[in-house]
Amino acid sequence: MRLSKAWLVASRDFKIFRHQKNILYSIIVFPILISVLFPAILEFAGQRSVGLFAALPSLLNSFSFFIVIGAAYIPLGIASYSIVGEKVEKSLEPLLATPLTDGEILLGKAISALLPTLAAMYAGATFFMVGVDAATFGRLGYNYFPNWTFAVLLLILVPVAVVMSVLYSIIVSSRVNDVRSANGYGIFIFLPFLAIYLASEIHLISLDITGLLIIAGVLAAIDIALYFVGTAAFQREEILTKWK
Amino acid sequence: MIDTENLTKKFGNLTAVDSLTLHVNDGEVFGFLGPNGAGKTTTVRMLCCLISKTSGNATVGGFQIGNKEDSLKIRKIIGLVPDNVGLSENLTAYDNLDFYGKIYDCSTTQRKENIQRFLDMLGLWDKRNVLAGTFSKGMKQKLAIARALIHEPEILFMDEPTANLDPESAKTVREFILELKKQKKTIFLNTHNLDEAQRICDRIAILNTKLRAIGTPEELERSVSGKRTVITLEQVNDAVLNALKKLSLRNLTVDGNKITFDVVDPDKENSPVVEALVLAGGHVRAINVVGSTLEDTYLKLVREST
Repeated sequence: MRLSKAWLVASRDFKIFRHQKNILYSIIVFPILISVLFPAILEFAGQRSVGLFAALPSLLNSFSFFIVIGAAYIPLGIASYSIVGEKVEKSLEPLLATPLTDGEILLGKAISALLPTLAAMYAGATFFMVGVDAATFGRLGYNYFPNWTFAVLLLILVPVAVVMSVLYSIIVSSRVNDVRSANGYGIFIFLPFLAIYLASEIHLISLDITGLLIIAGVLAAIDIALYFVGTAAFQREEILTKWK
Repeated sequence: MIDTENLTKKFGNLTAVDSLTLHVNDGEVFGFLGPNGAGKTTTVRMLCCLISKTSGNATVGGFQIGNKEDSLKIRKIIGLVPDNVGLSENLTAYDNLDFYGKIYDCSTTQRKENIQRFLDMLGLWDKRNVLAGTFSKGMKQKLAIARALIHEPEILFMDEPTANLDPESAKTVREFILELKKQKKTIFLNTHNLDEAQRICDRIAILNTKLRAIGTPEELERSVSGKRTVITLEQVNDAVLNALKKLSLRNLTVDGNKITFDVVDPDKENSPVVEALVLAGGHVRAINVVGSTLEDTYLKLVREST
């Protein structure tokens, strides 16, 4: 496996994405929503409810989890386009006829979905932290962010969620013929994250450091399973003869 | 350069290519003719190490297909123009070629030189910074050919490179292939176009799951059908038709005032026919002896095999 070759594939995809407005929007919109909307809600609600700030720590942890949901959402559009787009343009065959290995192509595709997502989510998370601190400092008397819980969420859970979404998208992309269908199936990736969020809301699980590490561990195990399914689906002969 | 021995590919119960044995020489333009579903694309895909073989052997440039390490070496020395051009439509013509140049580890200088050379040769240099998605079919096909050549491969596989092109674009592509032929590039050309195969190829194989014939265009023309005599009369009337019936000619056809039939030795066989026609009151305008065409050969072989 040559990383330089995988990077070539990813770099080409980055160039292609520059011409795809829907991908650019999907990368930009969610982080902006998180970084602007949540601090604005806190500011707005804080002016009307004094009691709100007593529940702030648990509320902020819940808000933070939306960053994980966003991290799972963004790669859907990118990875789906990256692979289904190639299927539509029938550009995989000449690529497969080059000395690149299946693994290098797959890794390149994964990087092209992974890096923009992480960059967007980390940028969004930075603005989110600054915005929330600005909105809550006056009441709390200290900056809530950064903290270790958020660090675990950003540095462990977010990458694991992104990888899961990328691998899932690759598997879905091997079975469908258009980006819309891929995105349609992609919606199922939200279900485990929504389940986690709802479970935390009804106090079945806690989104503290231990809780987040357990969730990350479970997702990492799912990632490994998806990796094997994804690599099995992404093989030259499968792509050329069995992919729809 | 390319050797196959009993190369076979099955998809489940369907045999796509059956015991294909052939040899392609270095610097040869080798035409691969066959109807849709004959196994041409499957053969190219096997030789390009895109799909596995079911049985048999094949080497490309001395490397064995089906061997993992050799497969990578084969893909380094070949260029493929697939039946679908498969360009990245949201990249410019230049970026499409540059990407492939990088994959093949071409140096920056080599990439720049080859991109300019091939785009120039194919009349696309002025469009180098235009997105490939905006190109016409002909321009896309030319760009796909340039892409396959960017690393100066030893062997070029072309899968129906002129299919669906307008006559002008098809002519440009054919002329480009002839230019490559002058440079002694080994080309494996899948095509439906018999005229194209006859004009471009040094040798031709006719495939319909199994190999039906192989040889130079001239050898193939001679191998299957002999010669045909065409007699043009002023008028074909009942008396003439009755006279023809009595002659028991092979593959006799009457089309308007033209009578055509197969002959082995025209000098001996034509005289009694002409005599009979004149005796029946026919006025002979012309007698021509024509050889069978590649099309005759192709159609005969393909019909026999289906």
